[in-house]
Amino acid sequence: MAPPAVETVSVKHCDFEAKVKVGGSGPPLVYLHTAGGPMWDGFLDVLAEEHTVYAPDHPGTGDTARDSIHGVDTLWDLILIYDELLASLELSSVPIVGSSFGGMMACELAAHKPERISKMVLLDPIGLWRDDAPVTPYMIVPQQDLPSTLFHNMDAKPVQDFLTMPTDPQELGMRIAESVWALGTTGKFVWPIPDKGLKKRMHRITAPTLIIWGRHDRLISSVYAQEFADRIADARVEIIEEAGHVPQWEALETVGPLVTQFLSG
Amino acid sequence: MKVTSFHFMPHRELPEDFDTRYRSAWIDAPWWELADPERVGEYYDWSIDELMLAAKMGFDGLGTNEHHQNAYGFMCNPNLFGAILAKLTRDQGLSPAIVQLGATISSTAPPIRIAEEYAVLDCLSGGRLIAGVPLGLGCDADISYGVTPITQRERWREALELMLKAWTTDDFFAWNGKYFQLPRVNLWPRPIQDPHPPILVPGAASSSTWDYCFEHDFPYCFLSYFGGRSAENVMDRFWARAAENGRDENPYRAGFLQLVGVADTDAQAFEDFSQHVEYFYHKCLHLPPEYIAPPGYMDYKSLVNLFTSGMLEYSDFTVDLKPLSAKDMIEKGFAVVGSVATVREQLAAIAKRLNIGHLMTVLQFGSMPHDLAMRNIEQFGQEVLPQLQPIWQDKGWENSWWPVAAKA
Repeated sequence: MAPPAVETVSVKHCDFEAKVKVGGSGPPLVYLHTAGGPMWDGFLDVLAEEHTVYAPDHPGTGDTARDSIHGVDTLWDLILIYDELLASLELSSVPIVGSSFGGMMACELAAHKPERISKMVLLDPIGLWRDDAPVTPYMIVPQQDLPSTLFHNMDAKPVQDFLTMPTDPQELGMRIAESVWALGTTGKFVWPIPDKGLKKRMHRITAPTLIIWGRHDRLISSVYAQEFADRIADARVEIIEEAGHVPQWEALETVGPLVTQFLSG
Repeated sequence: MKVTSFHFMPHRELPEDFDTRYRSAWIDAPWWELADPERVGEYYDWSIDELMLAAKMGFDGLGTNEHHQNAYGFMCNPNLFGAILAKLTRDQGLSPAIVQLGATISSTAPPIRIAEEYAVLDCLSGGRLIAGVPLGLGCDADISYGVTPITQRERWREALELMLKAWTTDDFFAWNGKYFQLPRVNLWPRPIQDPHPPILVPGAASSSTWDYCFEHDFPYCFLSYFGGRSAENVMDRFWARAAENGRDENPYRAGFLQLVGVADTDAQAFEDFSQHVEYFYHKCLHLPPEYIAPPGYMDYKSLVNLFTSGMLEYSDFTVDLKPLSAKDMIEKGFAVVGSVATVREQLAAIAKRLNIGHLMTVLQFGSMPHDLAMRNIEQFGQEVLPQLQPIWQDKGWENSWWPVAAKA
């Protein structure tokens, strides 16, 4: 599909100039990206077939000012930024999809204003902690171990595309710098232990929720799928057998229909 | 030139396979497999004796620093050791500067704890403190102490501002900061040095840190382990940036750290120190880059600089140390090891080429046993130090960043 348009929204809270990728057509849907930074991928193309997808960039990433992250002091600030952003976009009852870090933020928004989120899809979200299954400290995993931490199905085309590095040194350098900075800006809200009180707030969530988890997720164990489900009143878990932390890339042919059917049902 | 004897206080007896058995000397080196508290008590005792010998030999300063959860050097709070050195030197009529290089204000909450401890050292030493303010490595501040990497530099700036205000304000004040809030600040004790002890900013070549130093007129100390030659590019950029910021070429604006082993001949020095050089670079510096700077630790501008400007090839941590032998590392100048003449000549050349007025010598490193360290310090003190101290004397630069009460 055509590359998405970028919409600018001035958010009063923290004086943040938000940038939102907007693509597709149909009823609105919000997508929140991973700790690795924003990227319009094949999964969003699938969502955009039946929805107008609004995908905001986390402060400091994508099209936003890099230093804007320094004005966002706390998780509470970040939640209020999204609150004002969704209000500005006039999204008063909207489905939300979040992957990994974006999944945690989706839960936070659904707990903060339950009436605003009509349905929720979580893809291997971060945000809870079990001592017997610690979340891998992905910000300090050696570069060479990241692919095997993130992915189980290395052969999937989106995974291969992601792992193919630019050959131009300048482009490669920028890509590394951007991805390190994206991890730093999102890491602000999960370091050093990604347990920032979400477990106390999740009981407020009313949105029917689909929790999708890769069976072989080595970043956040799939045992967390049930931890999320246990805390959300109306939740269903789908474990994707041949996938790791990014099932929407590793098994798009399974995850795509699961999500679209859930959203249309 | 001001020459300091700097000590890391390392684990001196790590097993042969240490660097293959464990991922890193930081965070992942298990105390319960590697260390014995009674033996560690001896390491501390030897290290203090080695620094006190340096004081007797006429070094300008005695240096200590802070690291956590590691075998490389575990003075968890350098002020514990600074206090011992302040007291012992005072009792013995010695007056080297107490160079704390230093306590990490960004990972100490509240940071006025460091302002207090530094003031204690200044009072006890009769005004001989140099107040080092390291940002702190990622493995220390972020991983061991849980500071959020992207906040670390801001926390450091706020903490330093608070420390300076707490030392110098003759009034009560409330501190309503972003990271620290204190309802009524009235610091006890306060330092002798007026308006406050000299600040020294150590660093690993971040241009953001340099700009901060130029803006505040603080001296900078490049803590590299890779010798004068590899530092040329870095220090050339430092001085170019100083000029852009309207600062002069006063060598006392800059310091450099150097491992040194001296003996009667080059061959003897190689025999004495080569195994300890290898131990230091292979075992103590067994530290992966993701531990040094987790994402967020470096600001965006520095990241882009690092990854796109080819700067990476000059960055210390791209050097793969494991295949290098002691001979390679000595030839590359990582460690200055040789006869009195060799060491004199190399150190003088480094000082002049890099234009540095503060030299931090490390005379006990890695597995070097206590008796060899003492011999090294004594010989360096007798035969090398007197040749280095006069460097810059004829140039007329003023060193306003050294305690007036400190005398070698």
